[in-house]
Amino acid sequence: MAFRLKLVPDHTDIDFFRWQWLTFGLSAAAMALSVLLIATMGLNFGIDFKGGTTIRTESPTAFEVGDYRQALDGLGFSDLAITEVFDPSFGQDRHVAMIRVGTTDETGSVSAEQLNRIETALQQVDPQITFASVESVGPKVSAELIQTAFYAVGAACLGIMAYIWLRFEWQFAIGCVVALIHDVLLTVGLFSLFQLKFDLTTIAALLTTLGFSCNDTVVVFDRLRENLMKYKTRPLIDLMNLTCNETLSRTIMTAVTTAIALTAMLIFGGDVIRDFVIAMLFGVVVGCYSTIYVAKNIVLWLGVKRDWSKKDPKLAASPFENAERP
Amino acid sequence: MLQIDRWKRILIIGLCILGLGFAVPNLFYTRVESHNDAVAAIARTGVETPELAAARDGWPGWLPSSVVALGLDLRGGAHLLGEVRVAEVHKARMDALWPELRRALADERATLGAVRRLPSPEGTLKIEIEKPEGLTRATEIVRGFSNPVTTLTGAGQQSLAIQAQGNTLTIQLSDAEKAVTDDRTVQQSVEIIRRRVDEVGTREPTIVRQGADRILIQVPGIGSAEELKALIGTTAKLTFNSVVGTGTNPDARPGVGQVILPSAEQEGLYYTLEESPVVTGEELTDAVPSTDQNGLPSVDFRFNPSGARKFGAYTSANIGQPFAIVLDNKVISAPVIRQAITAGSGQISGSMDFDGANQLAILLRAGALPAKLDFLEERTIGPELGQDSIDAGRLSSVIATAAVVAYMIASYGLFGAFASVSVIANVILILSIMSVMGATLTLPGIAGIVLTVGTAVDANVIIYERIREELRAGKRVAKAISDGFDEAMSAIIDANVTSFIAAAVMFFLGSGPVKGFAVTLTIGLVTSVFTAIFLTRLMIIWWLEWRKPKELIL
Repeated sequence: MAFRLKLVPDHTDIDFFRWQWLTFGLSAAAMALSVLLIATMGLNFGIDFKGGTTIRTESPTAFEVGDYRQALDGLGFSDLAITEVFDPSFGQDRHVAMIRVGTTDETGSVSAEQLNRIETALQQVDPQITFASVESVGPKVSAELIQTAFYAVGAACLGIMAYIWLRFEWQFAIGCVVALIHDVLLTVGLFSLFQLKFDLTTIAALLTTLGFSCNDTVVVFDRLRENLMKYKTRPLIDLMNLTCNETLSRTIMTAVTTAIALTAMLIFGGDVIRDFVIAMLFGVVVGCYSTIYVAKNIVLWLGVKRDWSKKDPKLAASPFENAERP
Repeated sequence: MLQIDRWKRILIIGLCILGLGFAVPNLFYTRVESHNDAVAAIARTGVETPELAAARDGWPGWLPSSVVALGLDLRGGAHLLGEVRVAEVHKARMDALWPELRRALADERATLGAVRRLPSPEGTLKIEIEKPEGLTRATEIVRGFSNPVTTLTGAGQQSLAIQAQGNTLTIQLSDAEKAVTDDRTVQQSVEIIRRRVDEVGTREPTIVRQGADRILIQVPGIGSAEELKALIGTTAKLTFNSVVGTGTNPDARPGVGQVILPSAEQEGLYYTLEESPVVTGEELTDAVPSTDQNGLPSVDFRFNPSGARKFGAYTSANIGQPFAIVLDNKVISAPVIRQAITAGSGQISGSMDFDGANQLAILLRAGALPAKLDFLEERTIGPELGQDSIDAGRLSSVIATAAVVAYMIASYGLFGAFASVSVIANVILILSIMSVMGATLTLPGIAGIVLTVGTAVDANVIIYERIREELRAGKRVAKAISDGFDEAMSAIIDANVTSFIAAAVMFFLGSGPVKGFAVTLTIGLVTSVFTAIFLTRLMIIWWLEWRKPKELIL
């Protein structure tokens, strides 16, 4: 027999509900912890959401963060933050720092003159320093961006919920959205815990995670619906276990290929988008978990319509109705 | 599911080959780009220099020559988000209305008595008349200056909102007129910014309106946002006014219809000028940098016929008097008129260096902005950082693809190889569609492609897992494969629609890099479904027809 790498055996008979109180409790605890973390530690907002200026400096000679700080401290900027950036691709003669200063202006971004002062001060410390990128966002825009970000995540959740409701049943939609909220909260919690930079691209990563997590859930739901039609009398909990075991191989397979691709990006993709990739990678992992341990449980508690052979008069008008029947 | 018509097979393969053809130029990015630039330059100037011809011939003209546009984060350049101060235009309109209105009201002195303007908030005009009983008549006169506003929603509205109370009239633009005016102001600003940026001649600038009063400007290849700001942040409003007098007190009270403006050359010197200009920069037809008789930098300009006539009439009537050249509310110079200038051309000199003269000429040629811009967001990305990101993105895409291919083949053997071909075809298709659409690739977009490499196999995995199950259930090979495809279909569609919803939200609410990411992701979704359900299936069918296998180990 030809060799096949199988992370999941052909036949599995795992009882996914055996530890359901533990796993669900764990999820609930993790969500609560995330909320707590976000409330206490806050998020390390990037300038997109907070306003201010970031400057990326590069220099062939090593530097001390303290020296930079000393050079800039005298200039009277609020909220000065200097971090050194490391990446395996930099080598010996490349030293990168990110400098962030708070906003000073009411509407606009940091003025040219202030920027000049920062650059001159740094050039005095290190004459070889170059400024690879300079970005500033005024408080007016950042306030709007954060609002838009909220709307975006909300709109995506609602859109996905509406689609699943159309395509399946409302219980599935609720299950899916609870799983989505779970994923989003945990990812944001992770960003809070490690104080990773939270900006517009993080929101993009969150939305992608939403799509991915849902993708996973939908494949399981699709199979569950099929099994519901096939086995009309078996208890729901058994059917869910059956479904999950049947789709387990695919769930793991897809999660692994995605994780492989993202890990390559994490290692070789450079430091500029590292946080973005971290968000997506973490999202893939929790998305996979929430499909198995969160979404289904919600559906189980809510219960579903069992007799799929009789046409529901309400659903008869659904354009998908005929396409569904095998 | 296992029969595909011949024409469909040709179509599938044809699409893939077409995709490959359109993706190839991206491999020779710089060469194709200089080819495109050269073709554009030759078409624009009509001149074919040997360098341009060489650059053009660097890429055969019959091959596709569109490449993926690189976002600012990959190419380097400057990004600005500006907000137009639309209220400035409201003020200017009201201020311009006053002299005309005063004249009209003065004609009816008998019924109205003396008329004067009272101080009022910017953008409004408050007029006091001596005899309150003349208010109705005054209102009528003012209404004569009001025009109906034609908009889609505000039909029948008047352009002026007039409030009469006691013996005062308060006039301002009506809301409908404000909306129309603001719209026009922002559109004009976009137009003028585009002209200015084009004058500098950078490649593919993006200048688009955002929302009601904002303008997004992205210029690749420019050194810094500051440079860009100097170019587009200046209003460049040029006027020629008559000089009433000079002084050193900026707070002195000017007479009616006069303003006090500072000198650009001399600190502490202020000119009192007639507020309504003799000629404005709008009547210029050309401006070029040059030098004056002392060899100092200056700008030569030329008026259009009506401007030349006004200027000629004014200068011949005011020989020996000074007149002021005013740029953005600063007096650049105030020469004395020695003789009538009727030729319609002139020179501005003083308080500028050669760069300044060059810049001023550009600004004058492009025209003045109707209102000032405030910059809300500015980003500069150095070209080296962009190149680093491209390199890192390319390396990680290659490694990710190789790793996924290895894993797929290890998991599914020959069928894994089929899926791998599909994944690679998928990346090629994404690149070609982006090239043809002129979509912008950003750094998150590269991450999107890498992510797509990971998720594109998903549809194949769903199908393969289904086939495995069908095989285990004891079905014959062909039947199992056919059923596998059929049964997997609804899951594939549903799963991709949810991802599509998320991507669409990103596209509509996101900006810049995020939008680029959404575009890449969406294209990736479409192509991955295409490759999984058509290309993979076609390969499997070919294999079935060729080997006619009795059993299949998947």
